[in-house]
Amino acid sequence: MTMRLDAKIPDGPIHEKWDKARFDLKLINPANKRKFEVIVVGTGLAGGSAAAALAELGYNVKVFCIQDSPRRAHSIAAQGGINAAKNYPNDGDSVRRLFYDTIKGGDFRAREANVYRLAQVSNAIIDHCVAQGVPFARDYGGTLDNRSFGGAQVSRTFYARGQTGQQLLLGAYASLMRQVGQGRVKVFPRREMMELVIVDGAARGVVVRDLVTGKIESHAGHAVLLATGGYGNTFFLSTNANSCNVGAAWTAYKKGAAFANPCFTQIHPTCIPVSGEHQSKLTLMSESLRNDGRVWVPRKAGDKRSPDRIPEEDRDYYLERIYPSFGNLVPRDVASRAAKRMIDEGKGVGKTGLAVYLDFADSIQRQGEPVIKEKYGNLFDMYHHLTDENPYRVPMRIYPAVHYAMGGLWVDYNLMTTIPGLFCLGEANFSDHGGNRLGASALMQGLGDGYFIIPYTLGGYLGSQKLAKVDPGHPAFAPAEAGARSRVARLLSIKGKRTPASFHKELGKVMWDKCGMSRNAKGLGEALERIPQIREEFWKNVSVTGSGDLFNQTLERAHRVADYLEFAELLVRDALERKESCGGHFREESQTPDNEAKRDDANFCHVAAWEHAGEGKTPVRHVEPLKFENVHLAQRNYA
Amino acid sequence: MKVTLKVWRQKGPDQPGRFEAYDAEVPSTDMSFLELMDTVNEGLIAKGSDAIAFDHDCREGICGMCSQVIDGQPHGPDQGAATCQLHMRKFKDGDVVTVEPFRAKAFPVIKDLVVDRSALDRVVSCGGFISINTGAAVDGNAVPVPKVDAEAAMDAAACIGCGACVAACPNAAAMLFVGAKVSHLALLPQGGPERARRVLGMRQAMDAEGFGHCTNEAECEAVCPKEIKVSNIARLNREFIKALVCSKE
Repeated sequence: MTMRLDAKIPDGPIHEKWDKARFDLKLINPANKRKFEVIVVGTGLAGGSAAAALAELGYNVKVFCIQDSPRRAHSIAAQGGINAAKNYPNDGDSVRRLFYDTIKGGDFRAREANVYRLAQVSNAIIDHCVAQGVPFARDYGGTLDNRSFGGAQVSRTFYARGQTGQQLLLGAYASLMRQVGQGRVKVFPRREMMELVIVDGAARGVVVRDLVTGKIESHAGHAVLLATGGYGNTFFLSTNANSCNVGAAWTAYKKGAAFANPCFTQIHPTCIPVSGEHQSKLTLMSESLRNDGRVWVPRKAGDKRSPDRIPEEDRDYYLERIYPSFGNLVPRDVASRAAKRMIDEGKGVGKTGLAVYLDFADSIQRQGEPVIKEKYGNLFDMYHHLTDENPYRVPMRIYPAVHYAMGGLWVDYNLMTTIPGLFCLGEANFSDHGGNRLGASALMQGLGDGYFIIPYTLGGYLGSQKLAKVDPGHPAFAPAEAGARSRVARLLSIKGKRTPASFHKELGKVMWDKCGMSRNAKGLGEALERIPQIREEFWKNVSVTGSGDLFNQTLERAHRVADYLEFAELLVRDALERKESCGGHFREESQTPDNEAKRDDANFCHVAAWEHAGEGKTPVRHVEPLKFENVHLAQRNYA
Repeated sequence: MKVTLKVWRQKGPDQPGRFEAYDAEVPSTDMSFLELMDTVNEGLIAKGSDAIAFDHDCREGICGMCSQVIDGQPHGPDQGAATCQLHMRKFKDGDVVTVEPFRAKAFPVIKDLVVDRSALDRVVSCGGFISINTGAAVDGNAVPVPKVDAEAAMDAAACIGCGACVAACPNAAAMLFVGAKVSHLALLPQGGPERARRVLGMRQAMDAEGFGHCTNEAECEAVCPKEIKVSNIARLNREFIKALVCSKE
């Protein structure tokens, strides 16, 4: 295979790389920027901020989103906060420390240069968001407040109650709408990307389906930016919104974009447990709760007493016991696996036994209920609405759930995929979080990519190309449109017996059982056999009612499930090939005597980037070696 | 437990609609209302019928995508919660639950329970922002903001843009929505320079989109899933009058 993975990391010391890159990247004269059309798919923190920042520079931007408004992308649900290396608390933080914590938190499977740059731009993100009017929490003196988050021993997380993602997204959305008012951005809501269009080897457009009218539309541009989020919904139950999907990234993969590290999926430790078969999604409780909540289970397996009847001496605050220096604030992957071990030992709580307690009694006693309410009020309300239990009185019950995709489309230092002119931002790319994302780093990465990186790197690309004029009349669009139409027609024509959701559920169960919190070669092999069988049945027996030329959510769902049924196989294959444990990817064959994840740096200190080899063919695994020149590779230790 | 859902079915914007009844088994009162709708839809699809269209996304009360008027109340009977946070424990065995779309001139029906709320986006594009280009900001701590102002701004900024306030208002006014945004930005020093321009622009756009005027019914506050207060409307009016009288815009 001919795929080349050139990460294009600039030379020089790590702290000078981004400066050097910005100097070397070509510039486009301000008067010429308006001659370029940029297509942005997705309006979360990455897409929304990129679209706004590019329009501010003078580019013409077309933005597509799946929801009815760009303000609703799933970034809105991020709760706890956003990291930055401001060091306002004077507690020892720096760009270098944020960089180090992020590399270590990611279990040494992220690219050093990208992560360093992320830490470098982190402070400018906060400044910009404050200027947009994001109402971050403040102290009485009027300055910004910080809290701590998992995997760090400094307080570097900025927050807006438990609604940080919402407020940051509304900031980006406001900037975007300002550009809409000025005519530089056109928003296309309720559109789903169906195809990527490539002309002369470069990404030049997209084919989308108007979800209201069913119309298949072509849109041409000089570059395409995918900011389409993660693939957590492959597991059916996840903390993702229902419309989150892998479709756009998967289309790009099939057109030649490498897909990197799909097995790196984050299982978040603090979610509200599953209550029954009917469940359509899982709800996250912010990791910030672990600042004041203490995680525990009964010391004895099978102790069914209600929590208020279990005295202190019969409780095991296991995170504090096993990891005394980080305590309840260990990284997510570590906390999730520890919860699983407790539950596997029969110490799970609640009706199902699939939960551990997150208890605020001590904090409420120490700080008073009003303080806890100010910090987490909306999270407590959310929990109360969902479970009908008052967490001010009764400890929360939590259980790990699929949350975030560290893997994604492979990108170089400039955020460009292996397809020239196709860029990928935010959760949809793979570059910054390695095997495990630290809390409050997703918002940082999404906004860093959108506000402060792509405006430079896109200019560098456009300024160094001679791109022919392409419009939707170009012959490359007709076959892409035909492909989209035939997919819709095929789904509608099967008229089988089973609903799209039933296939999604079946796939999700296989994924969770065989490729969830803990994985082994046997289970992964079974999943690799099972997934194609489900897919085959899907294409013979799915029932998609309604029509293709009207609003049809059953059709939307079927289209997305069809993608999951293909993508899941790649995820499992990647998990099988990565025979080490690292971050959220836990291979039972590779663990320390204390059951912690054991990396295999000799064989797996690399990014696995998968190339599509054609329908029905085994994809090709390429490798980008990871070089650690600024941090020492070490076994993570949070004890 | 069993309930009957009386659901508004309407094929498209220009088609007539009607209520249709669906009997539904509720396996667990921990089930959410939308999960019950999912179950009804699974049954419809399995029978080869068109599923009930309804908007939803995050299912945790923050994206603002879900709508629906349930038993006469936007977002249903639970206080301070969006439709997606409504659970079947709020209902009794044998209940007949009426489910309708948000109804307002500015929110045309797309299909069944799905309406077009893009008017709210257009109102925001006429001033609901602070004009700051990326890269131009001063340090985040350069301008101190009194905690009490930051908290009040946050209260207003919590709006999820669902449009329930419009659906609940007898005049289909968007005053709470606009008031929340105007308040959020007027309460912060960063919003100062564009204060007058913002309120004039948003008010004008609001009228042009066909939203009605406020007659102090306060139905909006009663149904708001984020419990945004009508005092934001008072602030909107104050800002508006001040801008009309004093502004040079």
